[in-house]
Amino acid sequence: MSANTRPIISMTGITKIYNVGGEEVRALDDANLTIHEGEFVSIVGPSGSGKSTLMNIIGCLDVADSGEYILDGQSIEQYSEEELARIRNRKIGFIFQNFNLLSRMTALGNVELPLIYQRIRLGERKERANEALERVGLKDRSSHRPAELSGGQQQRVAIARALATNPAILLADEPTGNLDSKTGEDIIALFHELHRAGDTIVLITHNEEIAKQAERRIRIMDGHVSEVGA
Amino acid sequence: MIVQSVKMAWEAITSNKLRSFLTMLGIIIGVVALVVLVSLVNGATGAVTSEITALGNDMVTVSVLYDKGSPIRLEDLDEIAALDAVNEAAPSGSMNASARYGYSDADVSLYGVTPLYYNIQGLKLKYGRFLKTADVANASYVAVLSYSTAEELFGKPEVVGESLTIAGRSFQIVGVLDEDDSLLASMIGGYNIYAPFTVESRMAGEPYVTSIAVSPSGDTDATESEVESFLLARFHQDEDAYRLMNMSSISDAMSTVTGTLSLLLGGIAAISLLVGGIGIMNIMLVSVTERTKEIGIRKAIGAGKKSIMLQFLIEALMVSLMGCLLGLALSWVILEIVSAIAKTISFSMSIGVVVLAVGFASAIGLIFGLYPANKAANKHPIEALRYEG
Repeated sequence: MSANTRPIISMTGITKIYNVGGEEVRALDDANLTIHEGEFVSIVGPSGSGKSTLMNIIGCLDVADSGEYILDGQSIEQYSEEELARIRNRKIGFIFQNFNLLSRMTALGNVELPLIYQRIRLGERKERANEALERVGLKDRSSHRPAELSGGQQQRVAIARALATNPAILLADEPTGNLDSKTGEDIIALFHELHRAGDTIVLITHNEEIAKQAERRIRIMDGHVSEVGA
Repeated sequence: MIVQSVKMAWEAITSNKLRSFLTMLGIIIGVVALVVLVSLVNGATGAVTSEITALGNDMVTVSVLYDKGSPIRLEDLDEIAALDAVNEAAPSGSMNASARYGYSDADVSLYGVTPLYYNIQGLKLKYGRFLKTADVANASYVAVLSYSTAEELFGKPEVVGESLTIAGRSFQIVGVLDEDDSLLASMIGGYNIYAPFTVESRMAGEPYVTSIAVSPSGDTDATESEVESFLLARFHQDEDAYRLMNMSSISDAMSTVTGTLSLLLGGIAAISLLVGGIGIMNIMLVSVTERTKEIGIRKAIGAGKKSIMLQFLIEALMVSLMGCLLGLALSWVILEIVSAIAKTISFSMSIGVVVLAVGFASAIGLIFGLYPANKAANKHPIEALRYEG
C-alpha cells in the first residue's frame, strides 16, 4: 500500500537539541520517518523519549535544528511564526489529550475557529463546520458549550475541529488519555472510520494497546525512531 | 478578519462583565471629567462673553487726562466722527451727584451725553424717549433714568413726565431705560442718569469733553489706531495726555483666561483618562496570562501572530470605546442636570469635545493595548499549550 501512494510526511536526519541546565539533550537524533497518504500510523514511546518533540515538529509547532522535513510536498524550513501558523492551519489537524476546546464557545464555534483563520466566509464556514460535526456524530450538539458535553463528546468536537479544514494529516496526541476505556475505544473506532474514509492519521501514545490499533507502529526511544515489526 | 476579531473581543468582554465594567470605569470617569469640565468652562465663557458683547464690545473709549492747551470741545467730536474707521462719537462726561424725589434720595452717576451715545452704548428704552439734539443745544434740564434708578427713587419704573432734583437742580424725566438684568450690570450696580452734555458739563464745572465714546465703522483695532493718531496730533505727540480703552481687548483677555482654564481642566481630565488607560493595560496583561492556554490553542490551529495581536488590541480598544460611550452618556445627563439647576446658563456638549473624548479614548485603548497584545502574540505555541492556569 505504502509503495504506490505519495508520502505525506518525509523526514530525513531530523535532529533537535535542547539545552537543559547547560547540558545538551538530543530530543531527536537523526530521525528518519515516512508516512504515506491514507495511512494510520501510531508513534509509541515512553515519556521523555522525544515523542512530544517529534509531534511538535510534525505539527509545525517547532522546527528541527537540522535535517529535512517535507510535509505534503512542502519543505518545512526555518519559516517565520506567521508562515508556520498558516501551514498548521491548512495541513495539520490537531487532536489533544485534554481536548483544548475554547470554553466560551459552542461546539460549532470551536469547529469553525480554524476556518475563521482561513478567512472562509460565514455561509461556507457554517456548512463545513456542520459537516465535520456530522462526521463525528455530534450534529445535534452543535450549540452546546464544552462544559455541557461529556469527555468523549468534547473529544469528538475536537476531532471535528481538526477535520473541518480537510488537513493533510490528523495529528492526535494521546487522544484517549483523559477518557475512560469504553469512551477511548469509541474514539479509536472513530479513527478507524476516518481512516477507512481516506484520512491520514498519526496517533502519538505511550499506550502499547492503543498503538496496536494502528496499521503501522513506529517506536521512539531516546530520540531514535524505529519501525515496529518491520 | 476585523469582524471576527470584534466578535471575539465582544465575547471576551461579555464573558466577564463585572471585570470589564470595572476596567471601563477608569475611562468612564476620565471621559466624564474631560467632557463635563470643558463643557462647563465653555458654557460659562459663552455666557460671560455674550454679556461683554451686549455691553458694547466694539466700543472704544477715550479719556483725556491733560488737555495740553488744546482741549476738545463738543464741536470737535465731529472731527473724530469724520475719521474713516469711526462710525459715531459721543461725549460721556460723568459726575457723582445726589438725586432726590420727595423724601427718597440716591447717590447717582450723572452722565453728560449726546443723542448719539444711545447707539454707541447700545442702550434700550423702556418708556419715553432718549435725549435729543435740541436738548443738548438748549441745555434743557431733562433726564433719562435707568430702570433701577427709577425704581429706587419712585418705587416704580413708569415715571416719564415726573420731575426730580439732581444736585439741587430740577430735571424733567423724558425717558426710562429698559431693565438691564445682565450679569455684569448686577455686578457693577449703581444708579445711572443721562442728561444733555451741556447741562452736565456746566454742573461739573468742566466745559470741555474729557471722556469720549467712539463706535467703529468696521474693525475695532483700526478705529483704535486712527483715534490714537488723531489724539497724538492733537496733544503734540504726548502719549500720557490721554488714555484709550478698547472693549474688545477686555473680551480678548477674557477668552485667553478661559482658554487657559479649559486647557488646564482638560489637562487634569486627560491625566485621569491616562490612569484609566493604565487600568486597561493592567487588566489586559492579567487577561493575557489567564488566557495563555486559549492563545496556545488558537496558535496551534493556525492563528498567526497578527490575528492574536489584532484580537487583543481590538479588545482593549473596545473596552476603552465602550467606556467612552458610557462616559459621554453620563456627561450628557450631568450637564442636563447642571443646566436645569443653573437655569440662566445652558451647558451643552460641543461636537469638538465629543470628538476629543472619542479620539483620546481610542488612542489610549490602542496605546495601552499594544503591549499586552504584543505579549499575547509573542507567546510560543508549545509553551502556551502546556500552560495550566
